[in-house]
Amino acid sequence: MKILSSEITPYKTYLNRRKFIKGSLASALLATVSSSAFANHDNNSSVYNTYLNENDKLNSYEEITTYNNFYEFGTHKKHPHLNSGNFKPRPWTIKIDGLVKNPQTFDLEKILSNVTIEDRVYRLRCVEAWSMVIPWQGFQLSELIKMAEPLSSAKYVQFVTVFRPEEMPGQQKRTIIWPYREGLRMDEAMNPLTILATGLYGHEMPNQNGAPIRLVVPWKYGFKSIKSIVEIRFLDTQPETSWETLAPWEYGFYANVNPNVNHPRWSQGTERRIGEFKRRETLMFNGYGEEVAHLYKDLDLTKFY
Amino acid sequence: MFSTRNFNRSKPVLFILILFPSLLWAYQFVTGNLGVNPIEKLMDELGLMALRLIIITLMITTLSNIKPLKSIVVLRRMIGLFAFYYVCLHFSTYIVLDHFLDIQFIIQDIIKRPFITFGFISFLFLIPLASTSTNNMIKRLGFKLWKKIHYLIYPVAILASMHFYVLVRADKTEPVIYMGIIILLLLHRIFKKLIRPQLAQ
Repeated sequence: MKILSSEITPYKTYLNRRKFIKGSLASALLATVSSSAFANHDNNSSVYNTYLNENDKLNSYEEITTYNNFYEFGTHKKHPHLNSGNFKPRPWTIKIDGLVKNPQTFDLEKILSNVTIEDRVYRLRCVEAWSMVIPWQGFQLSELIKMAEPLSSAKYVQFVTVFRPEEMPGQQKRTIIWPYREGLRMDEAMNPLTILATGLYGHEMPNQNGAPIRLVVPWKYGFKSIKSIVEIRFLDTQPETSWETLAPWEYGFYANVNPNVNHPRWSQGTERRIGEFKRRETLMFNGYGEEVAHLYKDLDLTKFY
Repeated sequence: MFSTRNFNRSKPVLFILILFPSLLWAYQFVTGNLGVNPIEKLMDELGLMALRLIIITLMITTLSNIKPLKSIVVLRRMIGLFAFYYVCLHFSTYIVLDHFLDIQFIIQDIIKRPFITFGFISFLFLIPLASTSTNNMIKRLGFKLWKKIHYLIYPVAILASMHFYVLVRADKTEPVIYMGIIILLLLHRIFKKLIRPQLAQ
């Protein structure tokens, strides 16, 4: 779906419009806004700003959709925006396997009809020391995990991105080992902050941002938030993840945002918020310590980075 | 056969061509047309331009071995100085725009991060080259010593390409191409200097 920048509204207007859309399903606006992204949309708009600081301002739709790391469409920041036009995010299924009661394949529409879509405005901190503030729409990963019925032996969750080199030109080159894989510990996956996002700024998830469904884990570096997920596996051992496999001295399994653990290429002490001139201090756990610090109280974060 | 005069005549045009990108990027930066992350973009463009010019200066020396292109060497100094110009802009973007003159942080960054270490040493090595680039300096130092100093261009080129190589997260095709060109040009020099005289004996 192509969206003209003139259609992108400021967030306040967007919220009002969202309510309007909710109220009038027959509206012509439906042509541009997906109904499935808003299946069972949560009406409570007070949660939007819960996770923001006073000086956090939303990044524009243009910033969020033209500056991406999504190597499946190429390694430059512009590539995902330029090269993702042929990607077909529908129909879509997600395979659930590993340590679950019944391995099965869910239709995305079926998943969406069983969950409540919420708005979540999160900071996103890339390991490359830039950051954004993004208004996502999605639902808690824990809801899907409940549907999947994992066995009690399941301690980790692994996620796999779709592999379609004919639609994703970056996959025709072996820049990394395809398909992209990521993972979380079960308690991280069940944390209420962890969501599966299906839209942003009130629009269906753009291809370059991980259509039709992607993970968002706001206290970890962006590469943990895997895009275009087709498979979720439940495991009893820590799964391999793409960047960790490629360069274990640079990227760890946990990848929590941590200004005190340096990366060989980027200082993690500061970051550039896209749209701002001066760098700002990076916050421990990207500022979500209150919600997640307890998950790591027995872990040496300088060792398990 | 191209004469020294042909090459000298092309200098003003080349001068404008090589200067132009820096003016364009400065203009785009000021008017907010350099993309979503303009400081990063500016730094990348300036650095890439500098590396390409460094490689071109090495190529000019090699090309001047071909008889009809012998005089091309008269262009080398200008392009070398332009390489230094772009390196200076690249380095000052890093210091002023990227880190706001936070000198303590910058020193840490140079020491701790290998790719910045490579880039910084490469920049330091370019300073004696740029400052001995006049005819007067060649006379004062004597051609032999001057030439020895200017062998520094080899570590400069190697370090600059390593600076780029380490920076890239995945798909290292472009830095590998630059490294390959530099290695070929070096091999050609080694062949010319060490192996060919022996074969001739």
